[in-house]
Amino acid sequence: MRAGANIVRAGMLTAGFAFLYGPIFLLVIFSFNASRLVTVWGGFSTRWYAALMQDAQLIASVRTSLLVAAVSALIATVNGTLAAIALVRFGRFRTRTIFAGAIYAPLVMPEVILGLSLLLLFVALGIERGFWTIVAAHATFTMCFVTVVVQSRLVGFDRALEEAAMDLGAGPARTFFAITLPLIRPAIVAGFLLAFTLSLDDLVIASFTAGPGSTTLPMRVYSQVRLGVSPEINAISTLMLAVVGLVLIAVAALARGRRN
Amino acid sequence: MDAKDPLQRTGKTPTSRNRLVIAMPYAWLIIFFLAPFALVLKISLSQSALSLPPYAPVLDWSDDIRSLIEKLSMLSFESFAGLFNDSLYIESYISSVVIAAIATILTLLLAYPFALAIARSSPKARPILIGLAIAPFWTSFLIRVYAWIAILKDEGLLSHFLINVGVIDAPLGIFATNSAVVIGIVYSYLPFMLLPLYAAIENQEPALLEAAADLGASPWHAFLRITLPLSARGVIAGSLLVFIPAVGEFVIPDLLGGSDTLMIGRTLWNDFFVNRDWPTASAAAIVLLILLVGPLLIYERVQLQDERART
Repeated sequence: MRAGANIVRAGMLTAGFAFLYGPIFLLVIFSFNASRLVTVWGGFSTRWYAALMQDAQLIASVRTSLLVAAVSALIATVNGTLAAIALVRFGRFRTRTIFAGAIYAPLVMPEVILGLSLLLLFVALGIERGFWTIVAAHATFTMCFVTVVVQSRLVGFDRALEEAAMDLGAGPARTFFAITLPLIRPAIVAGFLLAFTLSLDDLVIASFTAGPGSTTLPMRVYSQVRLGVSPEINAISTLMLAVVGLVLIAVAALARGRRN
Repeated sequence: MDAKDPLQRTGKTPTSRNRLVIAMPYAWLIIFFLAPFALVLKISLSQSALSLPPYAPVLDWSDDIRSLIEKLSMLSFESFAGLFNDSLYIESYISSVVIAAIATILTLLLAYPFALAIARSSPKARPILIGLAIAPFWTSFLIRVYAWIAILKDEGLLSHFLINVGVIDAPLGIFATNSAVVIGIVYSYLPFMLLPLYAAIENQEPALLEAAADLGASPWHAFLRITLPLSARGVIAGSLLVFIPAVGEFVIPDLLGGSDTLMIGRTLWNDFFVNRDWPTASAAAIVLLILLVGPLLIYERVQLQDERART
């Protein structure tokens, strides 16, 4: 019976991972296809990658995306970490329910609603849309993810260390920077990376809040995807997957190294 | 002990230091999350106009109270009335909910055995397996949806493969249909379902299953009586995490659906960007939000309970 259960489990794992990774692998394989046809293999080639390097608009959108992601993730990390501290440590303050609600809601809220509401805000305030409006929008919707990650770390936190520091005469600020912050740093870094990748990936919210001249990479890719499957898109997709994959491997290696 | 705590003070009123910590995220959320919602509501009550911005404001915050009341009676519910007279919107709402519900159920049916298989693996393998299972979530959503176009198209990889193998002799014809949208949602949102399910199953005390086996329960019986009920919270959280965003999904119906695939996110997008009818789009957003209030509140409850259980 035990062996049977193991076989079922192995089969389930294989099927699950095949479903998750199959489409991605196919896309990567066909980015090296010499033929323009997406279903016929015409031999190995890197010509589509070479074509990407000539695309100035594409390269400009990569720059915009990376900058937006870096700045918005930084803001989201500061805000999200402070919010997590407030939620875990402040007990039940008066407007906690509203605060917690406003933090968790963007986690599941449809992107079209967030994008639309932010756009209307910028229009009402007379702010010209561009780089900074995308940054503000992204910092808002990624903040909740940082909060959730940091919060779980704060909950499992040994408070005796902070108490020891206070007993030894450290003030609250010093205790926070010398003890609390270093101990929750892995969660803060993880939160930052999560915010960064979410921003890098977002199409809908960026489309609502971007102005002329601030096209992000997903917006650029999307406008080409609408025209159909092409090997160039496969190539740029593969590069994006490779970057995210490398970041994930680095994070996993860091986490492992720290544990050993 | 509390007096020594650097961050916490007893009592309900926050100290000045606490206020300082909370001020920035709070202000940010008010400006960029709560205020925009008030605006959507305001514009949904405005009249459509051919100008920029394309709506004629009815409410103006600078009004004094008397003129405000006067104006309130002139509020335009035109956009809302338009929504309910417009069969396009009604059909979009209904079909969004139906498509999202079907996709959520399928995601649950697929994710549960997968999560169970991971949770029952050796303790050493578990973190690696769950890490691999949610890694696709980190990669681009757009790219993952795009990958399915090449698979599902009539001249695509799946039909090509099945015809060559001899299973079918004509293309499947599922690309640009609601089925393709459901497949896209299941695929894209699988990690959202997997993680809460896995957490709920993995947390369970293994001794419970051993006790059930000792008392003569078959594995299937033990699963139905112990594992499944104990993971109910994971099932609810995961289902909501898939259903709520799926109802408002834009990218998947736009790329995988056909021209007759009606989903509210797409209709709203078109009204906004193509027809430039901002009041109608805002009213549609409000109705979508009202539609999701129930599921959202349940989700918040589960989150807050979880949080309370942890603290």
